[in-house]
Amino acid sequence: MKGRLGRAIVLALPWSWMALFFVVPFLIVLTIAFAEPSEGLPPYTPLLRWSEEGGPVIQLNLANFRLFLEDPFYLEAGLRSLRVAAISATLCLLIGYPMALAIARAPERWRATLLMLVILPFWTSFLLRITAWIGILQDQGWLNSALMALGVIREPLRLLYTDFALYIGITYCYLPFMVLPLYATLSKLDPALLEAAEDLGARPWRAFLQVTLPLSMPGVVAGFLLVFIPVVGEFVIPELLGGPGAQLIGRVLWTEFFQNRDWPLASALAVVLLMILVAPIALFQARAAREGR
Amino acid sequence: MSSAVAARPGTAEPWRDPAADPFLRIEGVTKRFDGFVALDAVTLPIYRGELFALLGASGSGKSTLLRCLAGFIEPDAGRIVLDGQDLAGVPPYERPINMMFQSYALFPHMTVAQNIGFGLRQEGAPKALIADRVAEMLALVQMEGFGNRKPAALSGGQKARVALARALAKRPKLLLLDEPLSALDKNLREATQFELVNIQERTGTTFVIVTHDQEEAMTMATRLAVMDRGTLAQVGTPGEVYEFPNSRFTAEFLGTANILEGVIEAADDQVTRIGSSELDFDILAEAGALKPIGSRAYVAIRPERMRIERTDPATPLADNRLVGRVRDIAYFGDFFMYYVVLDSGKEIRVSQPNLRRMTARPVDWDDRVAVTWDAEASMVLPE
Ligand SMILES: Nc1ncnc2c1ncn2[C@@H]1O[C@H](COP(=O)(O)OP(=O)(O)O)[C@@H](O)[C@H]1O
Ligand SMILES: [Mg+2]
Repeated sequence: MKGRLGRAIVLALPWSWMALFFVVPFLIVLTIAFAEPSEGLPPYTPLLRWSEEGGPVIQLNLANFRLFLEDPFYLEAGLRSLRVAAISATLCLLIGYPMALAIARAPERWRATLLMLVILPFWTSFLLRITAWIGILQDQGWLNSALMALGVIREPLRLLYTDFALYIGITYCYLPFMVLPLYATLSKLDPALLEAAEDLGARPWRAFLQVTLPLSMPGVVAGFLLVFIPVVGEFVIPELLGGPGAQLIGRVLWTEFFQNRDWPLASALAVVLLMILVAPIALFQARAAREGR
Repeated sequence: MSSAVAARPGTAEPWRDPAADPFLRIEGVTKRFDGFVALDAVTLPIYRGELFALLGASGSGKSTLLRCLAGFIEPDAGRIVLDGQDLAGVPPYERPINMMFQSYALFPHMTVAQNIGFGLRQEGAPKALIADRVAEMLALVQMEGFGNRKPAALSGGQKARVALARALAKRPKLLLLDEPLSALDKNLREATQFELVNIQERTGTTFVIVTHDQEEAMTMATRLAVMDRGTLAQVGTPGEVYEFPNSRFTAEFLGTANILEGVIEAADDQVTRIGSSELDFDILAEAGALKPIGSRAYVAIRPERMRIERTDPATPLADNRLVGRVRDIAYFGDFFMYYVVLDSGKEIRVSQPNLRRMTARPVDWDDRVAVTWDAEASMVLPE
């Protein structure tokens, strides 16, 4: 009796969390997405209206979704976001894998410290860190000054407000999301497996390719998705570091919402964004569930 | 010495032949970890076709020695020569040696067949040869039909077989086994021990097996080494080490031994006589204990070599005869172990086979008993 009640409470907690902070907001956004913009507060028409005859009428406005398919501006922003997210996740993987492997193979007493260093940037404000990159990358910034002082270049390079700066910012911010799941899988790997591979004649590099890498795939997929999913909707980094041409879906959404006050269109974009991400999120969940078993 | 000890039938005993060339020579191998000496100048010749067991308590350096052979650890001093090849600086992936790991270390993402074929694939062996060898190995360990399973779908005993098959697939010159059966339960372990010996004899591969299970070492090995804190306390056939321990340490480590202390008082060509302050009477041992008169010695006597009987206070005192009181009797099923407290307070263990079903024990708790043994059962050891 007591046990079942306890279990119900334990199960109710995450579900009510989901309902409160995901399902309810999503339903609100969804209703706004089917409304029409209007002057006033809130700046959209209600879905449910009373007709002249007195009965309730639901009016669904599909124009916002149609716009996404018809106006190439929005479609391109969506595709560009996916590409930026994929490239960023790949960059994080290429940098994060050796880091995670090095930490997992470091002597036991060093590991906690090394992991700490990976997480340390989270202890300072996100905006502060991005602003620091502006200081480094701008025309008179540290990087250009250093390169010029060394005589490598004469004129400052245009770094800030380019894709280069965008990828630096994203990779830098999201690297921990790649390193941590990779470390989790790599540190669980039985070192005897690698010894067995070497014992059976595999040189270190081949042992890595045949044993370490395939067995760390759950961490690779988890890390990739943990970077990919949020970067698709990333707004702040493209805004602060990226070029003016880099219209990513998150930035478009922000503009529609705050500048154009077109809440229904912004909501529709948010819904589309979520739909695009449902597939990778489902993949992530399925893998996580399979690992759990 | 050899006549006293049963050898495996048909087994040559090259270690008795001074002219025989060892197949594996471990010479003065030393290994330190941060100043802690894990291996202390270990020298050990091992001959072709042997099943050699390294036996020792946990932490005595067995795994370290095995890992030096495999190449995972480079010794600080000494050398290892296998079949004429000095292995110094040869990485594990180039040694003609394979290992069966304690945890089996089967690759979880590969099937049984892929696991067994892994070593040959590294050499770039042709596919047909790999398939043939995998089938041969599966048959050898009686696992036909399991080739497509993943390790996770195997029982402990099946995993052990696959690990053995994988280690043998490249036909190594030397097979190393680190506590290969410690994860199995007792019945399966005993069955697998025999099978392992069988496979070793059929393939003719030289095996070096690490174990802390003395029964396992005794039943399987052609010879064994008892390790103690990074050194070899004694090397010999299981029978030699059990019947002729060279120290109190091996006498007590391998099997059970009652240890009595004394001073060698006399020796002629019949008996060695040892006087003991612990006892009222002398201990007799066989002649040839070869210790100088007057030197201190231990005498070890195995519990199964002693007899126990209720005693009558009137019985005359005699040598090799202890008197005491039964403190406890442990029933093992196949034998009884009597714990006898002598008048001096020393405790002696005596075992008696359980020869007849449901008969009254001739000796019971708190009985006053005499414990006797023959001179040949007294093993005289240096102090
Ligand atoms: N990599 C290592 N670093 C430090 N000490 C070690 C290492 N490997 C083994 N030792 C120490 O060496 C001793 C022998 O270990 P080992 O060979 O594993 O013993 P066994 O296999 O007989 O139990 C132990 O005291 C152990 O703590
Ligand atoms: Mg060990």
